[in-house]
Amino acid sequence: MAARAQFHVLAVDDSLIDRKLIERLLKTSSYQVTAVDSGSKALEFLGIHEDEENNEASIPSVSPNDDDDDDHQDVDISLIITDYCMPEMTGYDLLRKIKESKSLKDIPVVIMSSDNIPSRINRCLEEGAEEFFLKPVQVSDVNKLKSHLLKGKAKESQPNINKRNIMEELFSPDRTITNYGGLEKV
Amino acid sequence: MELGQMQGRLAEYTRSLYMEGILDAQFLQLQQLQDESNPDFVVEVVSLFFEDSEKLLNDIARALDQQSVDFKRVDAHVHQLKGSSASVGAQRVKDACVAFRNCCEEQNVEGCLRCLQQVKQEHYLVKNKLETLFRLEQQIVAAGGSVPMAEMTF
Repeated sequence: MAARAQFHVLAVDDSLIDRKLIERLLKTSSYQVTAVDSGSKALEFLGIHEDEENNEASIPSVSPNDDDDDDHQDVDISLIITDYCMPEMTGYDLLRKIKESKSLKDIPVVIMSSDNIPSRINRCLEEGAEEFFLKPVQVSDVNKLKSHLLKGKAKESQPNINKRNIMEELFSPDRTITNYGGLEKV
Repeated sequence: MELGQMQGRLAEYTRSLYMEGILDAQFLQLQQLQDESNPDFVVEVVSLFFEDSEKLLNDIARALDQQSVDFKRVDAHVHQLKGSSASVGAQRVKDACVAFRNCCEEQNVEGCLRCLQQVKQEHYLVKNKLETLFRLEQQIVAAGGSVPMAEMTF
């Protein structure tokens, strides 16, 4: 089996303590982690320059080992997990920029927040976030990422797939809110 | 004191911190994230927390000392402190921050100063308690023992 290298997660949080925490949580689950302290640094890392988001021609070349046919990122990021409350660029702003980018829009994005504000949560899910975790993030939350990472992988080879696995998401614990694509969670 | 006694004392001390609500389950999570490859994880995170929080408390005090208090700024600092205390499991500090944010909303300087005092008190308390905890752990390790894996037995 041509095993893909371990999943690489990009974590974005302006709090040093929370960065350390999320990094440790992710590494414990054997993910490779890059942690940055702002949305703009995240975009930089992803190879996107804010004024050239949709211009594919300006995005640097594909890595030699990349067997995917749609990526034009500098690095192969499998998932982005970002804090919501950050100065200058919020997690929501970052989410939007990612979804607006041709090369990045298929990377699953998870939002974290210490505040449980339903309107905020809905906004993020509507914009395409896979999940919304309440802080402090737990091991059980990180365990839920695997399915999103695998879905992201599947999507690369199958265009237009409905990525909502309803059965799987019906069993999420209350602490996380998963995107049902418009359906009401009962 | 022999090793077994020291370990017993540590377990009892840790238990009391949870019972008194000074620490919550998040601290336990931190301990469970520590292993041989990251043996100082808890101490590192906690140290970062105290560095960060001391600075925040000073910033808050300064902001409240202004002629015209910027409550949004105070609230932003308290929000940050609330977040980091929640992340390390410092429950009473976190709760004091929640109360503080309410005072900020009311834009009441006197109320905020009282809240600040409360947060500082809880902060001081958890700092002392954790310093004692880490010292007990060090004594055990120095005596050649290992610190028992944290578990929720209460």
